[in-house]
Amino acid sequence: MSAALEFRNVTVAIGGGRRLLESVSLEVEEGTVTVILGRSGSGKTTLLRTANRMVEPTDGEIIVTRSTRDEVVALRRKMGYVIQETGLFPHFTLERNVGIVLEVQGIERQQRIERSNELLRLVGLDPEAFSGRYPHQLSGGQRQRVGLARALAANPKILLMDEPFGALDPLTRVEMQDMLLELLKHLKTTVLLVTHDLDEALYLADRIVLLSEGRMVANLARDEFPVSQIPEVLAYMRAFHRRRGGGAKRDLT
Amino acid sequence: MSSSFLSGYADEIATLTMEHLWLTGAAMLFATAIAVPTGIWLTRSSRWAKPVIGMTNVLQTIPSLAMFGFLLPLPWLGERAARIAIIALTAYALLPILRNTYAGIRAIDPTLIEVARAIGLTDTQRLFKVELPLAASFIFAGLRTATVTCIGIATIAAAVGAGGLGELIFRGVAAVDNRLVLAGAIPAALLALIADGGLGLLERRFKIPMPDGGDQ
Repeated sequence: MSAALEFRNVTVAIGGGRRLLESVSLEVEEGTVTVILGRSGSGKTTLLRTANRMVEPTDGEIIVTRSTRDEVVALRRKMGYVIQETGLFPHFTLERNVGIVLEVQGIERQQRIERSNELLRLVGLDPEAFSGRYPHQLSGGQRQRVGLARALAANPKILLMDEPFGALDPLTRVEMQDMLLELLKHLKTTVLLVTHDLDEALYLADRIVLLSEGRMVANLARDEFPVSQIPEVLAYMRAFHRRRGGGAKRDLT
Repeated sequence: MSSSFLSGYADEIATLTMEHLWLTGAAMLFATAIAVPTGIWLTRSSRWAKPVIGMTNVLQTIPSLAMFGFLLPLPWLGERAARIAIIALTAYALLPILRNTYAGIRAIDPTLIEVARAIGLTDTQRLFKVELPLAASFIFAGLRTATVTCIGIATIAAAVGAGGLGELIFRGVAAVDNRLVLAGAIPAALLALIADGGLGLLERRFKIPMPDGGDQ
């Protein structure tokens, strides 16, 4: 296996000498799901955004499929991008929202419609009923499905997902996680996913990377994570078990 | 107004209405051509926003009669009154269009701009496919205010001999003939109402319902 994406000593500093990321090195294997875990402000979104150069690193480099010479627009078009708020364009129908990446690449309309219908079907939305609708006519879960369809439109090798299911209710969230895993079985896309939810990380990830105050404190296979003795990982696991009721003082019976 | 009065002045009212439309239309065209691109530029260089919008604000505060008076002695402009009128009206129309273009683009949900960049839209694609369509309703609201203002101020242009419906009003005032004043004022008011209604329709047509229940 080779790395689809490699971060080499990536540092991001902002004014006042504050560092959002501190020399992070990480190889993301092709066709795997790597989850970046960490509490708010740990730098996980910043790390994700250096991959498509939405954030330029102050130091270090990011290597995408062994090429650093891509022009930034071309690079972004090669990567799917999904965020919590979905960011669907409110003035476009779903068909145009899904096809926008192809549209800006000059792909013909008929081809775009076909691809967009295919993708809507793939994420579980009937194109007959949905392709002409607008984002405000959808539920949060449906919007997130369309967001995923859009990210997959140009057959990206890499999918960047920033808390993609964070705003969904627990049941819809589980449905979406299952759908993502099912899709990935066929697509072989490399996924870099940011979350603060360990449950989600353990369910989706092949590898889990834990960030703390801009530093990478763990980079473990999914099965190694729960048994790791790294202090930050232990703290995360303790919080996780407590939330699940393991250490709760209240007796709910 | 008696019918004999109207039939006597019908041709003149029609000609002056066309003149009025021409003055306003030309000024709106110039103002749009200047203010929309400037508004877009200001969203890219926001440190200029305050001084530039402030400057157009100052233009707006100059009394219209004084503005026409200032322009009168200028060499090329002073030769033809219509030129003065169009320049002055353009100056008045700048602020609403500029301010609304700037505010309309700035009011777009930053997530949408971020996504547009992240999925690989170039700056031009982002402007034409995302920013302008989403700000269109704001921009039309600015055009609407500017047009109605211009139709009103264009009546003063008659003071420097630029024609338009103001001519009837000024003549009516001089001759203490209310019929003449109304013959100029009523068509001008109708023009303003029609422009207001028409551009209001466009403004509503371009309103975008947002997923969170609001409008853009």
